[in-house]
Amino acid sequence: MKILIPGIAAGLARRVAKSLLSQGHEVIGIDARPWPNAPAKIELHGVDIRKRAAEDVFRRHRPDAVIHMATVTSLELSGEERHRINLGGTRAVFEHCHAYGVKQVLFVGRHTFYGAAPDSPLYHTEDEPPQALDSFPELADLVAADLYAATALWRYPKLTVGLLRLCYTLGEPGRGTLASFLVHRRVPMVLGFDPLFQFLHEDDAVTAIELALEKKLKGVFNVAGPPPLPLSMLIRAAGRKPLPLPEPLLKLLLGRSGFPLLPHGALGHLKYPVVMDASAFKKATGFEPRYSEVETVRAFRAAAP
Amino acid sequence: MARDETIKERIDRLELPFNQLGVDPYGISKKHLRVFFEALGALYRHYFRVRCFGLENVPARGRGMLVGNHSGGVAVDGAMVLTSCMLELEPPRLAQGMAEKFINRLPIASTWTCRTGQFTGLPEHAVRLLEDDRLLMVFPEGARGTAKLYSERYSLVDFGQGFMRLAMRTQSPIVPLAVLGGGSAIPTVANLYGLGRLVGVPYVPVTPYVLPLPLPARLEIHYGAPMRFAGTGSEEDELVERNVAEVKRAILTLIEKGRRHRRERW
Repeated sequence: MKILIPGIAAGLARRVAKSLLSQGHEVIGIDARPWPNAPAKIELHGVDIRKRAAEDVFRRHRPDAVIHMATVTSLELSGEERHRINLGGTRAVFEHCHAYGVKQVLFVGRHTFYGAAPDSPLYHTEDEPPQALDSFPELADLVAADLYAATALWRYPKLTVGLLRLCYTLGEPGRGTLASFLVHRRVPMVLGFDPLFQFLHEDDAVTAIELALEKKLKGVFNVAGPPPLPLSMLIRAAGRKPLPLPEPLLKLLLGRSGFPLLPHGALGHLKYPVVMDASAFKKATGFEPRYSEVETVRAFRAAAP
Repeated sequence: MARDETIKERIDRLELPFNQLGVDPYGISKKHLRVFFEALGALYRHYFRVRCFGLENVPARGRGMLVGNHSGGVAVDGAMVLTSCMLELEPPRLAQGMAEKFINRLPIASTWTCRTGQFTGLPEHAVRLLEDDRLLMVFPEGARGTAKLYSERYSLVDFGQGFMRLAMRTQSPIVPLAVLGGGSAIPTVANLYGLGRLVGVPYVPVTPYVLPLPLPARLEIHYGAPMRFAGTGSEEDELVERNVAEVKRAILTLIEKGRRHRRERW
């Protein structure tokens, strides 16, 4: 199968690409960011997904399937730029897929879609609307991209569209939201709160995406593996120390003296859990994670002592 | 509970899917349960000297809803029901209450309610826990029930229909229960709603000695025979209301029975 991956230079996307390549698929990538030492067999196009040159890649290669991983989750990029990439890019991907005969598209979204609120339930199901957008406006573009991608289900009925809401992944240190948060020896927490964190080993995340491709998944699916852990337990199991601080103090310290640079809204995610019910995905694909929650953290700890 | 058995040993015997770190898929933690029930166990045995009747009515396994009256201005009644299930049932069971929404906003309280399985009272939580064959504890009177004054302590305020629709939808047996003595433990003479709003709780109860701290009144918990209701939970109001009235009657009967046996003294 000929598979095109927009956003191929990101950590998880690289692993997906390598794994698909090893299974004999033809892999083509689009990403404005470089991927040094990429496997020679992967054809890389260093272009912006929203530009003409990206459309040319679709036209020339006419891929069978597209795995759209070109959404920016990092909060370091300015809101406007993120918005342009996440929504403009998603629009371009689906339009090109429709125009150039792609049969299947996977959109890899995030569990943060559901939002962290004091009155939101544990184990979100796919039918729930996003919550707490007002307290964390920086996530609005990702939520909008998720909802916009879902419109492809009715706009292009011939296209097999699968929307994955992936929980945190934990793999190599310094990559991904959770691994970056856990990078230092002391990890800040909001005093008096200890939310559940749901995460998946990167290898399992790759397997899940491949299964979704193989089973030609259509619709919206939560993707998660082992049960979640309270943040304090996750921090300790990762060999770090929790540093609980009162919320007003933590707000002042964000972005200063070594504290992570997070918008105030992100504190909601350090107070309340975003945990998903992934039973529909399991039923549709038979996905079983290889790593338990404890094994996943231990693997991270071994890689980043 | 056997005299020499510790709370830790009983928690180890809970039939919940704990992982190797002692946490279940809902984040309920053995470590927190132990501290929680050691404190409540002391209150249960030595302060309120709780006596429990009809425990055989609580299902040993599988889903079930403990539905009771509120008794006392703070959640002493619920805490003692949870403790009775942990200390006196064989095998021990963790009853899971449905907490008021404001609790999850409060630091510390949020962590402790989450780690001990006392989640925010959302229909989604209730359905999920019951379908997972857990034991749910529900006080259909809600915050209006804990706000009852001393003179109203044996009355019931309006029951919503939510718990009944839930029981019908998930086909869970309802075990009616009555808590007696909470009204004497916290003899509320007034509730300050304005002050409550200021500090982020529904109200602050006032007792003759001002503070809403419970007195060492003897508490009794009476469990009644399980009740089952056929249906899907989406029936007309009249039918659901009839079922609700039946549960309410069962609870009132338990309260009356308890009062006849009970000497109202500290």
